[in-house]
Amino acid sequence: METPTKLPPSSPSSPTTGFSVPSAEKVDGFPRRSMRRARQRRSHSSSQFRYQSSQVELTPLPLLKDAPVAEIHDLFCKKLQQCCVLFDFLDCVADLKGKEIKRAALNELVESVATSRGVLIEPLYPEAIKMISVNIFRTLPPSENPEFDPEEDEPALEASWPHLQLVYELFLRFLESPDFQPSLAKRYVDQKFVLQLLELFDSEDPREREYLKTILHRVYGKLLGLRAYIRKQINNIFLRFIYETERFNGVAELLEILGSIINGFALPLKSEHKQFLVRVLIPLHTAKSLSIFHAQLAYCVVQFMEKDATVTEHIIRGLLRYWPKTCTQKEVMFLGEIEEILDVIEPSQFIRVQEPLFKQIAACISSPHFQVAERALYFWNNEYILSLIEENCQVILPLVFGTLYRVSKEHWNQTIISLIYNVLKTFMEMNSKLFDDLTSSYKVEKQKTRLHRLLPKKWSLHTRIKLLDERSSNIIEINIYKKTKNNNNNIKWIGDIKRELKSL
Amino acid sequence: ASGAQGPALVEGVGLGMAGADSDDSLYPIAVLIDELRNEDVQLRLNSIKKLSTIALALGVERTRTELLPFLTDTIYDEDEVLLALAEQLGNFTMLVGGPEYVHCLLPPLESLATVEETVVRDKAVESLRKISHEHSPVDLEVHFEPLVKRLASGDWFTSRTSACGLFSVCYPRVSSTVKAEIRQHFRTLCSDDTPMVRRAAASKLGEFAKVLELEYVKSDIISLFTALASDEQDSVRLLAVEAGVSIATLLPQEDLETLVMPTLRQAAEDKSWRVRYMVADKFSDLQKAVGPEITKNDLVPAFQNLLKDCEAEVRAAAANKVKEFCENLPEDSRETIIMTHILPCVKELVSDTNQHVKSALASVIMGLSTILGKDNTVEHLLPLFLAQLKDECPEVRLNIISNLDCVNEVIGIRQLSQSLLPAIVELAEDAKWRVRLAIIEYMPLLAGQLGVEFFDEKLNSLCMAWLVDHVYAIREAATCNLMKLVEKFGAEWAQNTIVPKVLGMANDPNYLHRMTTLFCINALSEVCGQEITTKHMLPVVFKMSNDQVANVRFNVAKSLQKIGPVLDSNCLQTEVKPVLEKLASDQDMDVKYFAQEAISVLSLA
Repeated sequence: METPTKLPPSSPSSPTTGFSVPSAEKVDGFPRRSMRRARQRRSHSSSQFRYQSSQVELTPLPLLKDAPVAEIHDLFCKKLQQCCVLFDFLDCVADLKGKEIKRAALNELVESVATSRGVLIEPLYPEAIKMISVNIFRTLPPSENPEFDPEEDEPALEASWPHLQLVYELFLRFLESPDFQPSLAKRYVDQKFVLQLLELFDSEDPREREYLKTILHRVYGKLLGLRAYIRKQINNIFLRFIYETERFNGVAELLEILGSIINGFALPLKSEHKQFLVRVLIPLHTAKSLSIFHAQLAYCVVQFMEKDATVTEHIIRGLLRYWPKTCTQKEVMFLGEIEEILDVIEPSQFIRVQEPLFKQIAACISSPHFQVAERALYFWNNEYILSLIEENCQVILPLVFGTLYRVSKEHWNQTIISLIYNVLKTFMEMNSKLFDDLTSSYKVEKQKTRLHRLLPKKWSLHTRIKLLDERSSNIIEINIYKKTKNNNNNIKWIGDIKRELKSL
Repeated sequence: ASGAQGPALVEGVGLGMAGADSDDSLYPIAVLIDELRNEDVQLRLNSIKKLSTIALALGVERTRTELLPFLTDTIYDEDEVLLALAEQLGNFTMLVGGPEYVHCLLPPLESLATVEETVVRDKAVESLRKISHEHSPVDLEVHFEPLVKRLASGDWFTSRTSACGLFSVCYPRVSSTVKAEIRQHFRTLCSDDTPMVRRAAASKLGEFAKVLELEYVKSDIISLFTALASDEQDSVRLLAVEAGVSIATLLPQEDLETLVMPTLRQAAEDKSWRVRYMVADKFSDLQKAVGPEITKNDLVPAFQNLLKDCEAEVRAAAANKVKEFCENLPEDSRETIIMTHILPCVKELVSDTNQHVKSALASVIMGLSTILGKDNTVEHLLPLFLAQLKDECPEVRLNIISNLDCVNEVIGIRQLSQSLLPAIVELAEDAKWRVRLAIIEYMPLLAGQLGVEFFDEKLNSLCMAWLVDHVYAIREAATCNLMKLVEKFGAEWAQNTIVPKVLGMANDPNYLHRMTTLFCINALSEVCGQEITTKHMLPVVFKMSNDQVANVRFNVAKSLQKIGPVLDSNCLQTEVKPVLEKLASDQDMDVKYFAQEAISVLSLA
C-alpha cells in the first residue's frame, strides 16, 4: 500500500530510527538535504576494532616462499593466527608497523592460496575460517545518516578496508581454489557462519557488498547442504525489509545472487519457490527504495516466468495489486518491468491477464505525468507486444479506446499526443470495422455521461440510474429509484434526462 | 481487487429497495452496500467507514447472517480498505447483538490477522484484543481461544506473529487446562523458526508475564526470556531487554539476582550496539524495577560503561538518562555516587566528539543542579554549563539555554549571565534562521529569569532587531515575543521601551517593516490595554490608512478589526468607522474586502 504508515522496527524506540532531527530543523518541518549532507562529511566508520581489549605487538614472520616445504603449513597457520589481530583504523597513525605486518601477511596468504597447489590441508580449514570470522564478522556501526538515501548520499566506507579487502580476497581464493574440499569446509562454514555472512550484506560500503555477493554465490554453489538454509534466511531478510524496517543495504546484491539461483531451479517448480515469488519477490515491489534494486528484481521475476509460464498470472496480478498510486517514478519502473515480462510472455498466458493489465495501461496512458504516459505508449513500438495486441484486438481495443480518444484531445504534452495518434492509427489499420464502431459508440457514451452529470451528485452512478442501451433498436430505458415522493426536483431531472435522450 | 459480483445480500437489499416504495429509509444503505463493490477504492473506503450505519440499518440478525459473511468473503482488497475494516469490526459488538453474539466477529478478524501488510494485521489484533473482553468466559474458550491456537499454528509467519499479541488477553479468563495449552503455544512461538515471529513473541513477553501466575513466571517465562535474550539475531535480543524490565517488576527482590540479573548484565555488554542502546534507553525503568540495592551494585557500573560506550548512539541514549538515573538513586548514597561515579563520565561527555551526544547531555545536565544543591553546582556543574554554552554546535547551546530555569532555582541565573549573553547574542545572529527562531522562543523565559534591568540593558535591542529580520517567520515570532514580554513586564514598561520603537517603524521606507508595525499593534493592543492603544497606537494606524501600498492599507483594515474590541464604542463610532468607510471605497479590491469585513465584524454598518 502506498501510505507512509510502515511501522518502525518492532519497537517505538528502536535504535534503527536513529537520532531525532535537531530541534532547529524541526521548526518548519523541512529537513534540508544540504544541512544533512554538511554533517555527513566524515564518511568513514568502523566498529571492528572496538572489542579487542589488549593490543598485541606483531613481529614479522619469515616469508612463505623462503620456508622449507616441511614447515610451510606450520608457517601458514602462524600467519593465519597473526592475522586475527585487529587494528584501529579510525586512528590512521596508530600502530602503523603492526598494520603493515598484517597487510603483508594477508597478501602472502592470498598469493599462496591462489597460486600454489596442496597448501590447503585439513588442519588449516578451522584456522582459516576462524581468521576470516574474526575479521569480517562484526556488528555494523549505526548509519551516520539515519535518512541515508543510497541514491543521493555518499555511503559510509569501512575504515578498515585495507585489511578487510585482503581477508575477503583470501576467503574468495580459498573457495575458488582447486584444492577446496566442500566436505571439509562444511564443518566450519555452517549455518551460524552463513547467517552472520548474510547480515553483513547490510554494510553501507558497496565494495564490501560486492565481495560478499561473489563469496555467497560460491558458498551456495559449493556447499549444497546450506542451500535451503541460505534461501530461507534471505527470505527472512527480505520480509523484514518489506514489512518491518524498510532498511537493508544489500537487497540488490542478494537479488542478483537469487537471479542465478532461480535460473538453476529444477522443474516443476517446488511450491516453496512459488511461495517465494508470490509472497516475497512481488511484495518487494512496494519498497520505497525500489529504484535501487529494481533491475535485479525484474530480472528475478522474468527468470521465474521463463522457468515456468504458469506463474505469469500470479506475477501480473501481483504487480497490478501493488501498482504505485502516487509515485510516478515507480510507475515508470513498473511499466518497464511489465514490458520485460510481456517480451517473454506466452500468448496463452497473455489472454488470462490482458483485461486487468490493459485497464492499468490505459490508466497510465491518461496519466498527466508525460513520462508515465510515454512509457506506456512505447509498448506499441515493441513488435512482439504489438503482435499480442493484434491477436486480441477485440478485447484490448475496447479497453483502451476511450482513454486513447480522450487523451488525444486533452493531454498537455505534444509528444504524447503524437504517440497516441500513432497508436490509434495502428489500431485503425488492425481492425477498421471495430475502430469505427468504437468511435461512434464513444460519442454516444459521452453524451450519456453528460446526462449523468445532471443528476444530484449524492447518487452514485450505477445505483441512481440504469441506462440500458441496446444499440440495435436504440431503445433507451431509464430506471430511477423511486425517490420522488417528497422531492419535486427529481421529477424535473427526469424530465431533463428524457428530453436529452430524445435528442440523441 | 474488489468483489466484482455481489452476493445475495446486496442484491436482496437493492431489489427490495427498488421494488418497495415504503422502504425509503433503506435507500442510503443500498447506496453504501453498492459502493462496497465499486471499482473506485475511495468509494469502497468511504463505504467501509460507514459500515456501522449499514449494520444498524440491517439490524443485528441480518448483520450476523448476511453482512459479516459477505465481508469475510471479500477480504481480498486494497490494504487501505482492509485497515478500515479491521478498525470498524473492533467496535461492532452491539451491532451484532451484544456480547452474546460477539464471536460472530471472529472469522473476518481472523482473516485480517493473517494478511501480509503489518498495519492491517496489527489493527486486526487490536480489534481482537478489544472484543476479547466482551466474550464470556465460556465463549472465550469455545470461540476465541481456538482462533488463537489456529493463528499460532498457521503456516505463514503472519498469522503466528498476530497470535503473539492475543495470548495475554485470553489467559486470565480461561480454565487451567486451557491455560497450560496457551503457555505451551507461547513457548513454541518463542523458539519459532522465523525471526519475525520471535520478534513478535519477544515484544509480547513482558505483557504475557504480567498475566501469568508467579510460579509460571519463574518456571516458564524466565527460560524464554533467557533464550530470547541470547538469540542469534540482535533484533530479537533487543526486544528481550524491554521484557526483562517488565519481568523484573513482577519478581520478588530475592529472586532478581539469580533469575534476571545475569541476562540483563549480559545485555548491557552485548556485542551489538542496538542491544546496548536499548538497555540505555530503558535504563530508568530498569532502575525502578530492580530497586536500590541492585542499582548501587550493578547498575551504576553498567551505566558508567554505557556513558563511555564506543558507539555514539549508545552514549547519546545514556546521556539522555543521566538526570533521571541520578534522581532515582537511593537517597542515602545519591550524592556520593553522582560525585564519584557519574560526574567524571559526564565531564568527558561535555567534550564528546559527537554532537548528538553533547546535545543529549545538554538537554538534561541542568537538571543535576537541583539534585546536587548549590555548592556542588557552583563548583562542579557550572564549568560544564559554561563549556556547553560555548559549544560549536548551536543545538547544544540552545539546549542549555532552554533549561536555564532549573539552574535559576538553585544558584540564580546571575552566575551564568556573563557567559550567557555572548551565547545568546551569537545564537540570535546565527546564519540559520531556524536557530534564530529557536532562541526567540526562549526569550520570554530568559527575560523572566534575568529581570527587567538586565533585559533592557542587554537583550532589548536584540528583540527589536528581529522585527526587521529578512525572514518573515522571524519577524512573526519576534512580534509574538513582544507580546509575551509585555505580559511579563507590564503595560507601563511597554509604553516606555517598546511601543515608541514599534511605532517608529511606521515611517520606514520598506513597506514590510511598516506592516510589522501593524502586526505588533495587533499583538500588543490587548496586553497594553485601552489607554495606550487609543492614545498611542490608534493614531499611527489611522495615519497608515493613507499608505500608498495596498497591502499596508488592507492590513490597516485587518488591524482595526483586531483591536476594535479593545476600544470604547464612542471611539469606534466617531474615529474608526470613518476610516473604515474610506477604506471600503478604496480602489483596491482587497482593501475594500477587508474594510467591509471589519465593518461587519465590528457591527459598524
